[in-house]
Amino acid sequence: MATASTRNSAGQNSQRGFVYLPLIAGWLVPGLGHFLLRKWIRGALLAASVIGMFALGLLMKGKIYTGGQEILDLLGMAGDLGNGLLFLAARTFGWGAEHVQVTTADYGTKFIVVAGLLNVIAAVDAHNLRTGRKPL
Amino acid sequence: MSHPSHFAAVVLFALFASTVFGITQRETSQRMFRFGAYCFALFVGSAVVLSWVMYLIAR
Repeated sequence: MATASTRNSAGQNSQRGFVYLPLIAGWLVPGLGHFLLRKWIRGALLAASVIGMFALGLLMKGKIYTGGQEILDLLGMAGDLGNGLLFLAARTFGWGAEHVQVTTADYGTKFIVVAGLLNVIAAVDAHNLRTGRKPL
Repeated sequence: MSHPSHFAAVVLFALFASTVFGITQRETSQRMFRFGAYCFALFVGSAVVLSWVMYLIAR
């Protein structure tokens, strides 16, 4: 059982180091920012939500935006970039590269974009926990 | 699984988005759960209501 002193010690340990580490880690790997702050359950739920949504988007034959001239494509890519290393992996392995004209593929594309946006929200939450703006 | 129904897609979307909203927008576990459930109900409920509205408009 954790005593008050060990909890304080853990809290102090989590407050050391680079202040933006949970933000960057949480962006690159969904949930990692919360794991670094010892928020295991929250981190696991966030990781499951973001990775699950991204994977479902790909399974629905969703498209990964790769930029382009149109503003909507650029905005889509900005959302996809929120997935961090998942986006990089998708680009590397060619996931979501094929363009499929079915309704569920359109849903899948939106799932991938929203997964990236949700991951950004989660990473900012980890940063707020780290800075003390939100209580641990 | 790669071709879920429209309703299944809505429910999955609502489930994942509500989980993230609940955890990030509230501070205590109980309030996180309640806010997540509230968001989930609003997502699914609004989708059902708007679907009926579009169905009635299209008739």
